[in-house]
Amino acid sequence: MFIVALGVTIMTFSIMHFAPGDPAEMIAIARYGTEDVSQEEIDWIRAQEGLDAPVHIQYLRWLNHVLHGDLGRSLITGESVLTEFLLRFPATLKLAIASMIVSLLIAIPIGIISATKQYSVTDNVSMIGALIGVSMPNFWLGLLLMLLFSLYLGLLPVCGYGDGDIKHMILPAITLGTGMAAIITRLTRSSMLEVLKQDYITTARAKGLREKVIICKHALKNALIPVVTVIGLQFGWALEGAVIVETIFAWPGVGKLLVDSIFARDFAMIQGCVLFIAVIFVLVNLMVDISYAYLDPRIRYEKEGR
Amino acid sequence: MESRLAVIFKQFLEHKIAMVGALIILFLAFIAIFAPYIAPHDPIEINLKERLLSPNGEYPLGTDNLGRCVLSRIIYGTRVSLRIGIMVVGITSAVGIALGMMAGYYGRTLGEIIMRIVDIMLAFPGIILALAIAGALGPGLFNVMIALAIIGWTGYARVVRGVVLSIKEREFVESARSLGASDFYIISRHILPSCVAPVIVLATLGMANVILAAAALSFLGLGAQPPTPEWGSMLNGGRAFMRTAPHLTTFPGLAIMVTVLAFNFLGDGLRDALDPRLKEKVIER
Repeated sequence: MFIVALGVTIMTFSIMHFAPGDPAEMIAIARYGTEDVSQEEIDWIRAQEGLDAPVHIQYLRWLNHVLHGDLGRSLITGESVLTEFLLRFPATLKLAIASMIVSLLIAIPIGIISATKQYSVTDNVSMIGALIGVSMPNFWLGLLLMLLFSLYLGLLPVCGYGDGDIKHMILPAITLGTGMAAIITRLTRSSMLEVLKQDYITTARAKGLREKVIICKHALKNALIPVVTVIGLQFGWALEGAVIVETIFAWPGVGKLLVDSIFARDFAMIQGCVLFIAVIFVLVNLMVDISYAYLDPRIRYEKEGR
Repeated sequence: MESRLAVIFKQFLEHKIAMVGALIILFLAFIAIFAPYIAPHDPIEINLKERLLSPNGEYPLGTDNLGRCVLSRIIYGTRVSLRIGIMVVGITSAVGIALGMMAGYYGRTLGEIIMRIVDIMLAFPGIILALAIAGALGPGLFNVMIALAIIGWTGYARVVRGVVLSIKEREFVESARSLGASDFYIISRHILPSCVAPVIVLATLGMANVILAAAALSFLGLGAQPPTPEWGSMLNGGRAFMRTAPHLTTFPGLAIMVTVLAFNFLGDGLRDALDPRLKEKVIER
């Protein structure tokens, strides 16, 4: 865990050094908004930003700042990276949660129906549908939805945040939720199929319980355990997708912030965003692991046995 | 061995969806190779008199804001996307196999180091890291390929390491070793063949992921630069004219989806035929 955290900071720090050219010159160009910067200005920035030190010293300094909660300031606006990120994060969180709800609403019913009617037409159609969902570029889906619901039918706003109301959220959430739904559908189906083979389901059937009760009460509870783990992965997916969906729908979240910073070559902001996103991603996965062990005590024994 | 191959082949033929995928891929490869003979127009020739035309007899899929033939651009775009896919998958699978092999075969320290690096890479949502790296390197298709290669090798390394670990201790490897076989011989004759099946599955699904990711980065403006006919950047270019020329935002996306879908179909079928144990594991990443 510690090594991974350290590695993540090294990776994030290195991003700036992937860029060709002199970092001091890039900062100067970003800060003054012109290619025409003098050598004195560049040298001044180099000294001021500590870029004249060897790379490992620069890294340690940066790490020290990061550990004290200082992610630096935007090279463009001069705003604190941390403040800006925290300002934008709620919008992304909102979108991620909404899209997860959309995906679960689509995926779980379809997954259950597919599993109970394995190899039927419904099952085949929904499994092909799931593959189509995975293969659908979300930027294309977003544009198509925008075209249909906003431009032709005029039902929903084209883009923007509004004041964060449902109307503005529907299209981005569907766009982001579809790809996730595809994965969860497959998972729900396979896990349901697994559970339906178990002895306690046979017992329930032998008791003469109605199929509906068996599926919804006995099978579903156990079948959903693996689905919980995917929520972590799904959250990562949502953060990835947010980059594109937020750009299309002009949604003021961290995804758009990251893309905008990349085009402004605002490296402090890029590093801050990437680091934060990675930290959130790791924490969510950790929480999922913990809740998984809690939901299914067998996991703990398996891990000990290994 | 013959019969096992025959069984795999038969299973594959029976898998209708995989066959559909394979046929689409063959068709796309054909289009990519013979693009100059198939495309009705020059994909980068600007013709301002005929800009933003809807689909018609002369231009089957219409023209874009610079009067370029959309169909021809999509046809040439097949070349761009398939090339990115093949190059990135080629590099990442080679690197991933080599590192996974080392991690699995050569003991603790090296293996631990490699797997920790994999863990670190997996701590980032993939596209985010690729986006940041491609962004730092600057716009361009080559930089996108580098970025996707940097994030792409981990899946192969993990799977190959798993296979190596499970095989290393088996009797036939032990006996080969006791007969004095060199490491190279054991790896190339006994271990590598077992990795082929899962790697083929991963690589096929990897083609789908890489093509999709490259199109996404191009859509954001980082990948292909004008006038290169690339599907993602075509979609991006068409966005501004969505109201008046919706064909610009529909057809290139359709091309991306069909291509990605074909590789996913094929990968799914190959997985079912080659390695049922991999089922449901690969698609998540």
